[in-house]
Amino acid sequence: MYRIEVSVKEGFADPRSEGLQKDILDLGIITVKRVQVSSVYLLEGMLDEKELLAICRELLNDPIVEEYSTGGKPAPPGARLVEVAYNPGVMDPVEDSVKKGIRDLGITGINAVRTAKKYLLWGDISDSTLNSICDKLLVNSVVQHIVAHKEAVALPSASYQFRLEKIDIAKMDDNALMELSKGRFWLNIHEMRIIQNYFKKLDRQPTDVELETLAQTWSEHCIHKTFKARITLGKKVIDNLMKSTVMKVTQELNKPWCLSVFKDNAGVIDFDGRYAVCFKVETHNHPSAVEPYGGAATGIGGVIRDPLGTGLGAFPIMNTDVFCFGPPDYPYDELPKGVLHPRRIFKGVRAGVADYGNRMGIPTSNGSIFFDKRYVGNPLVYCGTVGIMPKNMSQKGMQKPGDLVVVVGGKTGRDGIHGVTFASGDLDKESETLSQSSVQIGNPIVEKKALDAIIQARDLGLYCRITDCGGGGLSSAVGEMAEETGVRVDLEKVPLKYAGLSYTEIWVSESQERMLLAVPPENIDRLLTIFNNEDVEATVIGEFTDNRRLRLYYEGNLVCDLDMEFLHKGLPQLEREGIWQLPRHPEPDFPRPSDLKEDLKKILGSWNVCSKEWVIRQYDHEVQGTSVLKPLVGVKNDGPGDAAIIKPLADSKKGIIISNGINPKYGDIDAYWMAASAIDEALRQVIAVGGSLDKIALLDNFCWGNPEKPDRLGALVRAAQACYDIAIVYGTPFISGKDSLYNEYETGEETICIPPTLLISAMGVMDDIGKAVSMDCKQVGDLIYIVGTTYNELGGSHYYSIHDYLGNNVPQVNPEKGKKLMNALSASMQKGMVKACHDLSEGGIGVAAAEMAFAGGLGISIDLKNLPLGEAIERDDYILFSESNSRFLVEIDPGDRQAFEKAMAGMDFAKVGRVTEDKKLVIKGKDDKVVLAAPIDELKEAWQKPLKW
Amino acid sequence: MSKIKVLMLRAPGTNRDVDTKIAFEAVGAEVASALVPELLRKEKRLADYHILMIPGGFTYGDDISAGRIMANEIRLRLGEDIKRFVADGRLVMGICNGFQVLVKTGILPGIKGQSAQPVTLTNNDSGRFECRWVYLKVNENSPCVFTKRINCIYVPIAHGEGKLVAEPGMAEKLNIALQYVDEKGKTGAGYPNNPNGSVNDIAGICDASGRIFGMMPHPEDFIRWTQHPRWTREKPREDLLGLQIFTNAVTWAKGI
Repeated sequence: MYRIEVSVKEGFADPRSEGLQKDILDLGIITVKRVQVSSVYLLEGMLDEKELLAICRELLNDPIVEEYSTGGKPAPPGARLVEVAYNPGVMDPVEDSVKKGIRDLGITGINAVRTAKKYLLWGDISDSTLNSICDKLLVNSVVQHIVAHKEAVALPSASYQFRLEKIDIAKMDDNALMELSKGRFWLNIHEMRIIQNYFKKLDRQPTDVELETLAQTWSEHCIHKTFKARITLGKKVIDNLMKSTVMKVTQELNKPWCLSVFKDNAGVIDFDGRYAVCFKVETHNHPSAVEPYGGAATGIGGVIRDPLGTGLGAFPIMNTDVFCFGPPDYPYDELPKGVLHPRRIFKGVRAGVADYGNRMGIPTSNGSIFFDKRYVGNPLVYCGTVGIMPKNMSQKGMQKPGDLVVVVGGKTGRDGIHGVTFASGDLDKESETLSQSSVQIGNPIVEKKALDAIIQARDLGLYCRITDCGGGGLSSAVGEMAEETGVRVDLEKVPLKYAGLSYTEIWVSESQERMLLAVPPENIDRLLTIFNNEDVEATVIGEFTDNRRLRLYYEGNLVCDLDMEFLHKGLPQLEREGIWQLPRHPEPDFPRPSDLKEDLKKILGSWNVCSKEWVIRQYDHEVQGTSVLKPLVGVKNDGPGDAAIIKPLADSKKGIIISNGINPKYGDIDAYWMAASAIDEALRQVIAVGGSLDKIALLDNFCWGNPEKPDRLGALVRAAQACYDIAIVYGTPFISGKDSLYNEYETGEETICIPPTLLISAMGVMDDIGKAVSMDCKQVGDLIYIVGTTYNELGGSHYYSIHDYLGNNVPQVNPEKGKKLMNALSASMQKGMVKACHDLSEGGIGVAAAEMAFAGGLGISIDLKNLPLGEAIERDDYILFSESNSRFLVEIDPGDRQAFEKAMAGMDFAKVGRVTEDKKLVIKGKDDKVVLAAPIDELKEAWQKPLKW
Repeated sequence: MSKIKVLMLRAPGTNRDVDTKIAFEAVGAEVASALVPELLRKEKRLADYHILMIPGGFTYGDDISAGRIMANEIRLRLGEDIKRFVADGRLVMGICNGFQVLVKTGILPGIKGQSAQPVTLTNNDSGRFECRWVYLKVNENSPCVFTKRINCIYVPIAHGEGKLVAEPGMAEKLNIALQYVDEKGKTGAGYPNNPNGSVNDIAGICDASGRIFGMMPHPEDFIRWTQHPRWTREKPREDLLGLQIFTNAVTWAKGI
C-alpha cells in the first residue's frame, strides 16, 4: 500500500485549517494554537517509483500551493495527531475520481483507493480536550472512525454465498411477531397478523425479502397510513384525512392547468401551453440528525430525482431548502445524550445541501430557517425541486409486458438499508448506532451524469416510463412501477459497489443516484449507448410481465413471489383516535416600553428573523442564468427578498415564483391557525413580488410527532382541515405533499416532540417577469402604504417571545377578505404602480419597515395613528409588532397616489408614511409621540450580526 | 457567411454549458457539445469549430482539486490537438471551472519557457464557496480579443476555488485581462470586491496571442438586464452586460 499526504505549503493561506481552528475556538477551547489539515490518499496495488512520482506530482498535489510526502510522517514534536477515515462500506466519491485520474496517467497498477484526513494540532492540549474536539468536530462515528496507528485500510472484499432465508411465521404468537417486527419492519401487530394469515393461506413460509418488501411498501414513509386512516376526533369521524382535506381542494377547484396531481413523484401544472412545470418538497430528517452532511446531501439528491422521475422526466431548474434546527447557542452541557449540537447540524446540513445542489448545477433561490429548542434531537430538513418538461411529456408513462426493467445511475451498496422503516419510528439515544447503515454519502456527479443521459434518452423517446429509486430502493420503485403488470427481476444483475451483498440487501438498499426506466426491447441498444457515452451505469435487471406478480430471482433461485394485489391493497385502513383542546397560556403582562428601539433590535437579531446571508451566499443562485428576483435584494444586494422568481425559458418572458410559509410558533397555540397562516404567508409572498392568485399551486409538508399519540393526531387533523378551508377560498390547489411523522426524541428520561410543523410551498406562474417588484424601498419622497387590517394578534409573535410570553391571540386568516385584497394589490402592481412591496410576517410592521429601509439604504417614517385596525388596540407596541396575516407595506410614487387609492378602493389600506433621506426608521405612536427612532445602519447591524459566521 | 461554430467541451459535472450555450446563441453562434472521449474517438473534430469553450461546473466533483482531473485528461490526450487549434488562429475560452482546467493543464498563462503549471486557482481566502456579483475592469493593454471595447462589466461569481496564485516571479509576467474592482473601478478594494483573495485582483488572464482566455466570473449569467441584482431599482446599463465577451469572441472568429 502507498500512502500520500498533501498539505498546504508553509507561507500560503490555508483556509481549511484556519476554519477548523475557528470552529475549535467557537467551542470555547483556547489552548489550540495552530491546526494543520492534510489530505491522505491510500493506494492499494503495485507501482514503480516513476509512477508514484507521477501520481503525486501530476494528480494529487498542486505545484504552487501544496506539498506532499509519501510513506507517512509521525507527528512533529509538540503536536497531537488525529487521522480520520470513512468506515468500511461508506464510499467517498473522491476515491473513484482518484482511480480515474490514475488511469488517465496511463498507470494501471492500482486497484483500490481510500482517503482520510490527517489533523495536526499544536498547543497545550489534554487528552480530554482532544477527545472533545474529535467528538464535536472531527469525527462522526456514524460514517467515520479514528484510524489507529498503522491500521491497514479495510477494503470491503467479502464474498456472498447464496442461502435462502425463510421465516417460520405461522406459529408465532403476538409477542414473537412484534419481536420480529421491532427495529426491522416497524409494522404494528395488526399488520403483522395480516401478513401471517396471508402466508398461512398460501401454506408456506415467507422469505426474508418478501417480509422486507411488505414492510417497505406498507411503511408510513411510503404509504402515508396516518393520512389515509379513519380518524375519530371527538364526535367527528374522518375517513381518509388526505382525501377529505388537501386533495379535496384540488378536486373541487378542478383547475384546467393542473396536469398531474397527487399521483406522480411531483405535482405538475401547465406553464405556457408548451411546457409544464412540476414541484416537489421532501424531508430527510432522521438521517440528517445522525449524519448532517450526508443526510442532507442525500435529501436534496433525492428530491432532485422526483421531478426527474415525474411524467417522462423533468429537468430540474430550481431548488428550495427550509431547515428547522435547535438554537445555535444551545448549551453543550444540556444536550441530550446521542445528539449532535445544533450548530454542527446546521453547518453540516447547509454544506450537504449546498455541495450537492451546486454540483448538480441547480440554482438554490429560496429557503428559510426556523429555530426552536425542540428541534434539538430532531432537526427538520425540507428540500424541494422545481422541474420543467415539454407539456406532452407531463403524464406518467405505462410499460407493456416484455419491456425491460433498467436501473441507471449509481451502483448499489449497503447504503441506507432500512431508511424507510427507520423514518417511520421515533429516534432515541441508540439511534446513532442502530442506524449507521441508513446514512450514506451522496455523489452528485453520478446524479448529474444520469440526469444528462436521461434527458437525451427522453428526447429520443427511448423509454416509456421512469421513476426514481429513493426511499425503499428497488423494492419501492420496481414494486410501484409494476403494480399494473407484474415483473421479474434477476437481482444478481444489479451492479454493486462491492461484493458481499445478499439478495435482500440488493433489493432494499437505498443507495443514491439511481433511477428506474421501462424500456421497450427494440430501444435498449440505443439507450445503453447514450448512458455509456455519458459514462454512467445502465443495466437491464429484468422485464415486466403480465401476471401481476412480483417475482425476484437470485442466480436462478426464486426468492420472492408476491401477489401485486396483496402487496399494494392488502394493508387495511388504519383506525386512529385524536383529541384536541385549545390550550390556555398565560396572558402577557408587561408594561409598554417607552422606547421600542431595543425591542425591535432584539427581534431583528433573533435567530428566526436575522439575515441568512451566510447561508444564501454559499448556494449558487445564478447557475442556469434564469434568475430574476434573487434571495438577496436591495441597494447592497443584501436585503431579504420575499419570494424568488426565475425565468426558465430563454425565449419567453414568463416566470416562476417560489415562496414558502412556515411558523411553528403559532402551532403551540392552535395548529389550525398555524396552517392557515402558513398558506397566507406563502401566497402573500407571491403577491408581494408581482404574482397573482390566478395560477398558484401549493405543496403541503407536515412534520409532526408520533401520530399514535392522540394529541399529536388531533393537531394534525386541525392543520389539515385549515388547509382545505383556506386554500379553497383562495382558489389555490394543492398538487403534491409529503408527511414525516414520528419526529420525537427519547432521551431515556423524557420525550422531546418537535412543534407541529407545516411547511407550505407555493409555486406561481407570472406572465411577464418585467412586472416583478422587490422589497427594498427605492426613492426619497415616495409614500408608504399599509395594505390589510391589523388586529390584536400577538399570540406566538416574536414580540411576545422576546418578553418570554407565548400568549393566546394567534393570528387568524379571513381568506374571503384576503383574496379580495390580494387581487386588488396584484392588479395595481400589474399596472406598475408599486415600487416596492414587502409582506408583513414575523415581527409585523416594525420588522418589515426596518427591512425595507435598510435594504433600500433609505429612511422610512411611519405614523401608527391612521392604520386600519380590525379592533381597538390601545398599545403602540402591539400595533407595531402584531403579526396579523394578509398585510403588506408598499411604496408608491406620489404621482401615482390617486390611481393607487382608486385601485384599492373598498379595501382596508392607508397611507402611513414616507421614504426619507435621513437614513432613520422613525415610528410615531397614536398620540403623535415618537416611539422608535433608529439609524438604519444600527438596525441592519443588529439583523446581520447573529449569523456572520 | 455561415455561423460561427462553438464546441462546448464537457466532462461529468459540467453544468454551466446550458447558460453558456444560450449566451453564444444570443450572439448568433452555433453550439455543439462534446465529452472528451467523443473527441478522442474522432466522433467530433476540433478542427470543425472556431471556438473551443470549456464551461463552468464541477467536473469530477472538484475532487482532489477543481479542474485537475479534466485538465489531465486534456493535457495528456488532447494537448497536441489544442496546440494546433490555437496555432490555426482559433479561440479557446474557459470560464470558472473551465479556467481552472486551462490553468491546470498549463495552457494558460502560456508564457514562453514557463514550467508545467506556473499558476494555480485555489481555495478562496474565505474558505467558502461564494455566490455574489463583482465589478470587473478590463486591462486596456491586454492583447485579449475577448475583452476588446469593454471598459467594465458587472457579473456574478460562484466558486470556492478562485484565488489565483502564481509561482515566484510569474505574477508580473501574466497577461492580465480582467481585475476585480470596486463600483468606482478601483483595484485594491479588498474583500468582498475581490471575492477570493486573488493576487493583483486577477479575475481573468489570457496568453500572449490574446486568443486563449480564462476567467473565474460568469459573463454568461448576465446577458439580459433582468439578471442584474438591482434591475428593479436602477436604470438599464447595457454596457455592464457580460454578453459583450461573447459578442467579441464571435466577431473575432468571423475574421479567421
